[in-house]
Amino acid sequence: MSEMRKTPLLDDLEKGPWPSFVTEMKKAAAKSEMSNDLLGALEQCYKDKKTHWKHGGIVGVRGYGGGVIGRYSDIPEQFPGVAHFHTVRVNQPSAWFYKTDSLREICGIWDKYGSGLTNFHGSTGDMILLGTKTENLETIFAELSSRGWDLGGSGSALRTPSCCVGPARCEWSNIDTLDITYSLTEEFQDEMHRPAFPYKYKFKVSGCAVDCVAAIARADCAIIGTWKGDIKIDQAEVQRYAKNGMDINAEIVNMCPTKCITYNGKELKIENEDCSRCMHCITKMTKALRPGGERGATILIGSHAPFVKGAQLSQVIVPFMKMEPPYTEIKELTRKIWEWWDEYGKNRERIGELIERKGMRDFLEYIGVDPHPAMIKEPRRDPFYFWTTDELK
Amino acid sequence: MEKEEIKQKIYGLVEKSVGKKKLKSSDIQKTISAEAGIARDEVKDALRELIDEGKLIYTYFGGSFVEIPPKQ
Repeated sequence: MSEMRKTPLLDDLEKGPWPSFVTEMKKAAAKSEMSNDLLGALEQCYKDKKTHWKHGGIVGVRGYGGGVIGRYSDIPEQFPGVAHFHTVRVNQPSAWFYKTDSLREICGIWDKYGSGLTNFHGSTGDMILLGTKTENLETIFAELSSRGWDLGGSGSALRTPSCCVGPARCEWSNIDTLDITYSLTEEFQDEMHRPAFPYKYKFKVSGCAVDCVAAIARADCAIIGTWKGDIKIDQAEVQRYAKNGMDINAEIVNMCPTKCITYNGKELKIENEDCSRCMHCITKMTKALRPGGERGATILIGSHAPFVKGAQLSQVIVPFMKMEPPYTEIKELTRKIWEWWDEYGKNRERIGELIERKGMRDFLEYIGVDPHPAMIKEPRRDPFYFWTTDELK
Repeated sequence: MEKEEIKQKIYGLVEKSVGKKKLKSSDIQKTISAEAGIARDEVKDALRELIDEGKLIYTYFGGSFVEIPPKQ
């Protein structure tokens, strides 16, 4: 091992009470030349106030167009250990449930063939294994796949679907988020590993409107659990909340976005027809309120982070869809959406941007979904209503 | 049309575009299916074989493309 790199600028990032990635990198650098050079390269980036990484290129494993993100240093002579520093994305288990055995397995492979540094997890949800050389990629893939792991999505492809913990640990989940995620991952293997889209496409599945994985803001297609029917009320429990000091009018009634709740000091009433199923009241009074009736999901489309045209939130396209195996309805709808995107999408145009450019009307007509008052672009906006010339005659 | 013939057409298209335009998988599927009058799924299958054989590779330059691998 060569001498530890001096990092006066990075050392500043170790100050303060919170954990520091620099400290973790230093631990890895004590036993890995690659991590030691990574520290040096990062220090150089801070010193020069510019990145020294080049991104992309032709790295990958045979047959796959995603899962490996090529990264190279533009100063390899100074930091030979990170001349190649490719990232490997590994498809995480649904809702990130691991056994310690499986984590040891992944880390063992990575200590042997990579820098030993990981990021659990990337924003799409995959396990991110940071830094390896081109010649190790096929071996890493073989080691992972022989143990039942697979690479995740990257590039212009379906990204690894992800979900909240769902019914595994949450009593409020209206759908089996884990099974839906697994089923979508299995169904769309080709779309994930063989990039053929104009740009990325993400599925995220949340069990209820609390939306713990922020599907509505981050997924091109958000599947969010909901219900059809009246909220069940246990009036005795409502009274208990009041007795224990909850200001029901301030915390529940006045916070309801559709003002569909009333409370007269004795009884809580909900106008279920006006309820938007936001979950606020249910999560505040968990013992008194719970969803009732049929369970399913709302399907939303189009959110993404700022890129070509700035950030967008998802819009509802199907207010209620039954979500039962084998989830044929969502899979068929997805294929129609992709057909339209493939036909009209420009390079690097997300589905939400295309809907913005071509119009929701064209989109809904193509995918065969009727306009519905629940289809609003953003809160407190008019719904979409479309009449064709023929319908007006 | 035989699969080998489709594969040749795909390879020819990618070869012709070298240095001019990077082709996406969907560009190839659209062009070949229109030219040969065959379903896109057939083109997709043939392209998959070319990739699996290592005759073509995926690359990433701000988007995913299909290209001929560099000579070693």
